[in-house]
Amino acid sequence: MSTDWKSFQPLLIPKIPNLHKIDVYEKNGGYKTLKDILTSKDHTPESVTNTVKAANLRGRGGAGFNAGLKWSFMPKPDGGPRYIAANGDESEPGTFKDRQIFEYNPHQFIEGSIIAGYAMDITAVYVYIRGEYRSWINMFQKAVDDAYAKGYLGKNICNSGFDLDMYVHSGAGAYICGEESSLMESLEGKRGYPRVKPPFPAQKGLWGRPTTINNIETLANVPLIMKNGSEWYTSIGAKTHPGPVLYGISGHVNKPGVYEYPTGMLISDLINEVCGGMRGGKKVKAVIPGGSSTPPLRGDQLDGVRMDADSLREAGSMMGTAGMVIMDEDTDMVDVLWRISHFYHHESCGQCTPCRDGTGFLEKTLIKIKNGEGETRDLDLLLDLCTQIEGRTICALADAAAWPVRYTITRFREDFEKRVKKSAFALA
Amino acid sequence: MSNEQQYTFSKEELAEIEKIKAKYPDKKPPVMPVLWMAQEKFGHVEPEVQRLVAETLDLPEAHVYGVATFYTQYYKEKMGKYVLDVCTCLSCQICGGYDILHYLEEKLGIKAGETTEDGKFSIQSVECLGACGYAPMMQITNDVYCNHLTKEKVDTILDDLKKDKLPEFEQIPFPQHQNESSKS
Ligand SMILES: Cc1cc2nc3c(=O)[nH]c(=O)nc-3n(C[C@H](O)[C@H](O)[C@H](O)COP(=O)(O)O)c2cc1C
Ligand code: SF4
Ligand code: FES
Repeated sequence: MSTDWKSFQPLLIPKIPNLHKIDVYEKNGGYKTLKDILTSKDHTPESVTNTVKAANLRGRGGAGFNAGLKWSFMPKPDGGPRYIAANGDESEPGTFKDRQIFEYNPHQFIEGSIIAGYAMDITAVYVYIRGEYRSWINMFQKAVDDAYAKGYLGKNICNSGFDLDMYVHSGAGAYICGEESSLMESLEGKRGYPRVKPPFPAQKGLWGRPTTINNIETLANVPLIMKNGSEWYTSIGAKTHPGPVLYGISGHVNKPGVYEYPTGMLISDLINEVCGGMRGGKKVKAVIPGGSSTPPLRGDQLDGVRMDADSLREAGSMMGTAGMVIMDEDTDMVDVLWRISHFYHHESCGQCTPCRDGTGFLEKTLIKIKNGEGETRDLDLLLDLCTQIEGRTICALADAAAWPVRYTITRFREDFEKRVKKSAFALA
Repeated sequence: MSNEQQYTFSKEELAEIEKIKAKYPDKKPPVMPVLWMAQEKFGHVEPEVQRLVAETLDLPEAHVYGVATFYTQYYKEKMGKYVLDVCTCLSCQICGGYDILHYLEEKLGIKAGETTEDGKFSIQSVECLGACGYAPMMQITNDVYCNHLTKEKVDTILDDLKKDKLPEFEQIPFPQHQNESSKS
């Protein structure tokens, strides 16, 4: 890793008091990058897209897809409306980072969205924020109003002839609306049922028009890249997954919270140095690296594992949202897995049978095991169920439900064995 | 006054709804924001309220019903004045979320999903609220977050709510900013 994390200064949430106020943001160079892009001849929509692509800014919403590449999928403008749907649904258990941006640095996200809007010839940005974040929705709406008042949103932005509107839309409690096609259905005023893909959003998104969906943190990175260049950006953190990232760390550490550091941090450094070690000096039993859907790693599997896509894939997990849940040696993995399964069962939209019935069956079987009424063959049954669920549904919620089951049982089998009776006959 | 409450929007609210409509290119999208407005005003979105929303937006009642029932934050029936949504999901679970839930159940004499007889409190056990680092936590009536809960903190919150005093918004400083300032 080329950046020394100990001397790293936060870039997404810099240490500047009252940065959420527009005049403070402007005094610290805010909206200057936007102005430069809109008013200088050196920048074109293509050049902006290419810079973001070269920076290898990977989506911070879970899948880690190159943002510039995604933008380049948008078809040529035809004069009709085109949209960005900014994803602030943030409902994956263990994830609580995007709201720090709404609270502490909303204008950097707004500036990033306008730059993205310019790059893709967007007419309106809809910012979808989970309904539970009412306080943050209000804070963010204020920031949008201020940006309008200063002429950064609306008609003829910075006298450049470019127009862009930004609207805030509140969810109302549904994890599935974080899935991009469900989010669009919800924005269109419907139940949040994910759509069958293709067509992809770039072809047929909101109201049938070209649409790009990006996570809030992803877009907040854009002004940094456009200000300092893609080379500067790729020099931060892990080579194949660069940039600063908001690590939301919860569970049994001494100082949980959201921390901003480069990608590629050693998990052990995050636990021991950044979060002040484990509560009560206990041992680490498990780490969920990026929200509840990412496979848990064993505490004795963490040596040298870093928080970036490659390192985590090698270790047998995923970066996800970088919402890390740290569990100590006293944690009962049967209880934890049951609670995760309960979540996915509760949040399944019900369109696909493998998901609707499968998540229910996972939960039911785990309740049985939790209550001491399970048998060893139930463990095999659970793994078999995962195989039947994975990859057979409209959206990835079903996979997100299956992965933790598969990997918690295989990696923490001893916890499960302790709770079940031996079957007379194993499942074939 | 009759028992049947008449649900209506005021002139000001109707003007507000016109502003909401202007944000979208189609007539369906305002359904969520207007359901929110209605719930804010009436405390729930029972079928009568859904009808009002449907009529106001010129949408089929069935569509509004479909939306209202899909999203958990819309109250499809009357709830207590204060709805205590205790997070028992992953991070809160492992940090004592269920202890907080059970403590509240014991104190108020009701179970999760129920409302006290005086109509003052409802308790719900809910999914992750995006405050995992500040577990255990709860949200009051879709609004204020109460973080780092202990039994003592719950006692104070309940005493205050009985006097209709809502907790204030609790700003949780970014730890990195704090550490550095305490060092320098
Ligand atoms: C079930 C499910 C839930 C999701 N929830 C979120 C979410 O809350 N926030 C988010 O940004 N992305 C979420 N995603 C990922 C989005 O579908 C999408 O990939 C992402 O918003 C794209 O933004 P990015 O490329 O900038 O990361 C979810 C995906 C699935 C399958
Ligand atoms: S996988 Fe589950 S959540 Fe996704 S569309 Fe199918 S039923 Fe709905
Ligand atoms: S698990 Fe309780 S707030 Fe996320």
